[in-house]
Amino acid sequence: MTDATAGTAPRASGPMLAADGRPLKASLRRALRAQKLRALLLIAPLLVFVLVTFILPIGDMLFRAVENEIVPQTLPKTVVALRDWDPKTAELPGEPVFAALHDDLVVAVEAKTNTRLGQRLNYEYSGFSSLMRGVARDLKKMDTSQPFKEQFIAGDKKWSDPAVWQTLKLFSGNYTSGYILNALDMQLTTDGIQMKPAQDRIYVKLFLRTMAMSLGITFLCLLLGYPIAFLLASLPLRSSNLILILVLLPFWTSLLVRTASWKVLLQQQGVINDILVWLGLVSDANRLVMINNATGTTIAMTHILLPFMILPLFSVMKTIPPSYMRAAKSLGANDWTAFWRVYFPQSIPGVGAGAILCFILAIGYYITPELVGGTSGVFISNRIAYHISTSLNWGLAAALATLLLIVVLALYWTYDRIVGIDNVKLG
Amino acid sequence: MSLRTLVSAAALALLPVGATLAFAEDLPPCEGCADAITAVSWGGAYQTSQQKAYSEPYAALTGTKFTWDESSNEAVAKLRAQFEAGNVTWDLVDVEGPDSQRLCDEGLAMPIDFDKDLAPGNDGSTPTKDFGDSLINDCFVPQIWFSTTFGYRTDVAEWNGAVPTSICDVFDLQKFPGKRSLEKRPKKNLEWALLCDGVAKADLYDVLSTPEGVDRALKKLGTIKDSVVWWSAGAETPQLLADKEVVMGSTYNGRLFSVIEEQHQPVAMLWDYEVFDFDGWIVPNNLPDDRKARVLHFLRFATDTQRLADQAKYISYGPARASSQPLVGKHVSLGIEMAPHMPTNPANMKNYLINNIEWWADNQDEVEAKFQAWLTQ
Repeated sequence: MTDATAGTAPRASGPMLAADGRPLKASLRRALRAQKLRALLLIAPLLVFVLVTFILPIGDMLFRAVENEIVPQTLPKTVVALRDWDPKTAELPGEPVFAALHDDLVVAVEAKTNTRLGQRLNYEYSGFSSLMRGVARDLKKMDTSQPFKEQFIAGDKKWSDPAVWQTLKLFSGNYTSGYILNALDMQLTTDGIQMKPAQDRIYVKLFLRTMAMSLGITFLCLLLGYPIAFLLASLPLRSSNLILILVLLPFWTSLLVRTASWKVLLQQQGVINDILVWLGLVSDANRLVMINNATGTTIAMTHILLPFMILPLFSVMKTIPPSYMRAAKSLGANDWTAFWRVYFPQSIPGVGAGAILCFILAIGYYITPELVGGTSGVFISNRIAYHISTSLNWGLAAALATLLLIVVLALYWTYDRIVGIDNVKLG
Repeated sequence: MSLRTLVSAAALALLPVGATLAFAEDLPPCEGCADAITAVSWGGAYQTSQQKAYSEPYAALTGTKFTWDESSNEAVAKLRAQFEAGNVTWDLVDVEGPDSQRLCDEGLAMPIDFDKDLAPGNDGSTPTKDFGDSLINDCFVPQIWFSTTFGYRTDVAEWNGAVPTSICDVFDLQKFPGKRSLEKRPKKNLEWALLCDGVAKADLYDVLSTPEGVDRALKKLGTIKDSVVWWSAGAETPQLLADKEVVMGSTYNGRLFSVIEEQHQPVAMLWDYEVFDFDGWIVPNNLPDDRKARVLHFLRFATDTQRLADQAKYISYGPARASSQPLVGKHVSLGIEMAPHMPTNPANMKNYLINNIEWWADNQDEVEAKFQAWLTQ
């Protein structure tokens, strides 16, 4: 490119031309376009792979946090008929709504979608599940020439509860804010969005706990990992290799085995308590409770995540020339000043990388808190797992996961603003 | 293992073979059937008992190839995902009662015509009558009754020789000090708490359905909350009992059997107000005809009177058929009579509850949230 510009003498008027007489700008753009295209083609396989196996499935899963098509699809006529009904009145909807409900449910029972709808609405109103299961039986007995309202109520008196109809009306759209609100300990009522009763609030607390404990674990990892990484980087190769193996050995051991070993060590009749009692530091009646609580989670997770802190630190520290420290000392700095003013600033990229790695891994941890966390040491991911595989409330699980993702992105942004993401090095 | 136990084990191992040979004559041929079954179960000792009692004899007779997947724990979620992806790879799934209700409700499990698809009892009773209470919905083919019940250590010095005899002893920290392990779920715990708060068995769910009912149960549980270790996997209570971490704890009866009889720990059973649940098969809906034919053919064989009784030789869960009860024999390797260890043994079920699937299906979401919030307080 420089050759091209060098070959043409700048003219007083008109655009600058390349050697072949074309405008330099266009020529440059063409050369760059070809380069860009080649680069794009090179990363295309990876891009498609990531898109198909990662972005799209995750996008689809997160979309469930607002998706609510099952209600308008299963009860299309009822949803339309309910439009004129004011949910704030304590009165029941009129006969046309019940007639529409009858028509919709006949179709739904035929297609067996009534019970699925019942499960969906049961998340908002306890009892919808059996209401929708029972209605299949009641429909068969109904006399289509008589008003439906009384027949529905005769079948199940829940139909005379305005709350049932309010729920139907509130959650009749194709999209709903219900799951996200629920994930924030709020609920949608006829009077707008409200906080849930205090004794039912759980998710915000779990989010905060997950953040706080993950930060604490990251900090502990840094505290324990920094000296080891320093030792690894400064010892001669032979002994540093041995330490590296000691760091990596637990890294290669199964996570479940390590978690189970912590149980053996930490429980009240466990190894550590036995030793403390034997030493007389703790009385037999007051053995320490170190597991099935937040302490257990912190200890076990710090141990599991430690290599993720040590390895990036080590790879960065290895590149810091030892002569800098010697130079600092020869210029009169004491050990601490030399370390703090010369060595530590150069290891910051490793600290950043290790901390981000540990924190991101910790925030989504699930199996260790489940096994050693008891009640005070469980994370938000345990609730997500519960809703995915046990309660099957995938909408709520998606809403919780979306919030977690937003929190992580927000933290990443803050980190970038304060420390700068360019300052992170993995080696 | 001594020579004697070895010989008796070998003799017992031969028994099912004799039984299957006698049966082979009336096993009808399977026409237009696939030659493989992908079955899903829980893994561990339970799955082994199914393989020994059901699938190995069946494979020997028909040459069907079995592939086992140990996913029952997440069966509903995975099956739902398979249906959404339009690619159902499972033919037969072992699930607990409430999960079967869910799959049946969602239309993911196939309805079974019990009297047509299953074998009559060996006493001539119809399947509907023989299975009785265990037929909880149209899709569920029951195999076993299992119960959630308590085990306690027999060597606790502080108890001064007293042993727990009633479920309410779990709530009595004065007489029976020490830690207890309870499941980290509201189901069963709330029922036990209310029973010990003076609610009659018949009124349990009426009380739980009132706005104050759940709070009342939680308040009772609150009296022992500080002494509770909460478990989420069935294997935890046996470990906690064996390590003296807890003095009593709830878990599945088969797990306690293994602690007591196989590992010889000083633990005993407290059967009072055991909570019954069922475990059984469901067949995914809309299977291709050849796979459906094969799996129904297998199901008819695997849930007949003899097969269900055979399973109890390997694990201490009660067969779902009434006609299987008298056939329950000795444990294959331990050589002990299994009947006294069955949760369905009359001496063990003087007081019991049956998992109220209907009530929990309605209230699970709300009560679970309340319970978890209560736990974190």
